[in-house]
Amino acid sequence: MQITIKYFGQLTEITHIEEESIAFSGTYIKELLETLYRKYNTLKTKDFQVAQNQELVSFETKLTGADIALLPPFAGG
Amino acid sequence: MKDKKPKSVFKEGAITSEFIGNSIYKHQTKTSIGAHNIFLGQVRADEIDGKKVSAIEYTAYEDMANQKFHEIRESAFEKFNLTCMHIYHSLGTVKAGEICLFVFVSSPRRKVVFEALEYIVEAIKADVPVFGKEIFEDESHQWKVNS
Repeated sequence: MQITIKYFGQLTEITHIEEESIAFSGTYIKELLETLYRKYNTLKTKDFQVAQNQELVSFETKLTGADIALLPPFAGG
Repeated sequence: MKDKKPKSVFKEGAITSEFIGNSIYKHQTKTSIGAHNIFLGQVRADEIDGKKVSAIEYTAYEDMANQKFHEIRESAFEKFNLTCMHIYHSLGTVKAGEICLFVFVSSPRRKVVFEALEYIVEAIKADVPVFGKEIFEDESHQWKVNS
C-alpha cells in the first residue's frame, strides 16, 4: 500500500520534509512508526499524535487510510 | 446535504483591530441579538531563559483543522442558543502584542455567550492541529505547547 505521511511543526526539523509517500506492507500504525523511527532516529524521542484520514487514532489502530499525519502538541490560540 | 463545507477560519498574519471592529459593526443589522462576547488571543512576549519571545509563527494541518473548527461550530450551536458565531485564527507570523485568535459569539441573552465562548476557546486549544514556533529576539526559537 502506498501511504502519504505528513509531518508538522517541530517534527519537520527531524524529517526535513513536510510530506512523503512510502510503500508499506504492515497492518498497524505502530508498525508504520517503527519504519519511520528507523528512517528518522530522533523521531522516537518526540511527543506526537497520529491522525489517520484527519482523525486522531491510537498507535494500536489498524492502518486503513492512505493519509497519515504526525502531529506534535497543539499550540493554537 | 446537512453540513455545509467547512469554511476556512485561517487568516494570514495578525488579526487587526479594524477587522474586529468591522465584524462588530456588521452585527448591527441583526437586531434579535442582545449580547455579544468576544475572545481575543494575543501573542505574549514570554521571557524564557533570559530571552524574550518577539513573535509566533503559526502553521497548521489545515484540512483537519478546518474540519475540527467546523465540528466545534456545530457542537456549540447544538449546545447553546447562539444567533451566530465567528472564529478566525492566524497563520504565519504574528508579533508579540498582536492578535492571533478572534472568537465572536452572539445570542439574544447574555448568560449563553459567557458559557459558549469558554467552551469554544477551550475546544480550539485542545482539538485543533495548529502549531506555534516561538521566535526569540535573537532569532533562535522553541515550539509552543498549550497548557
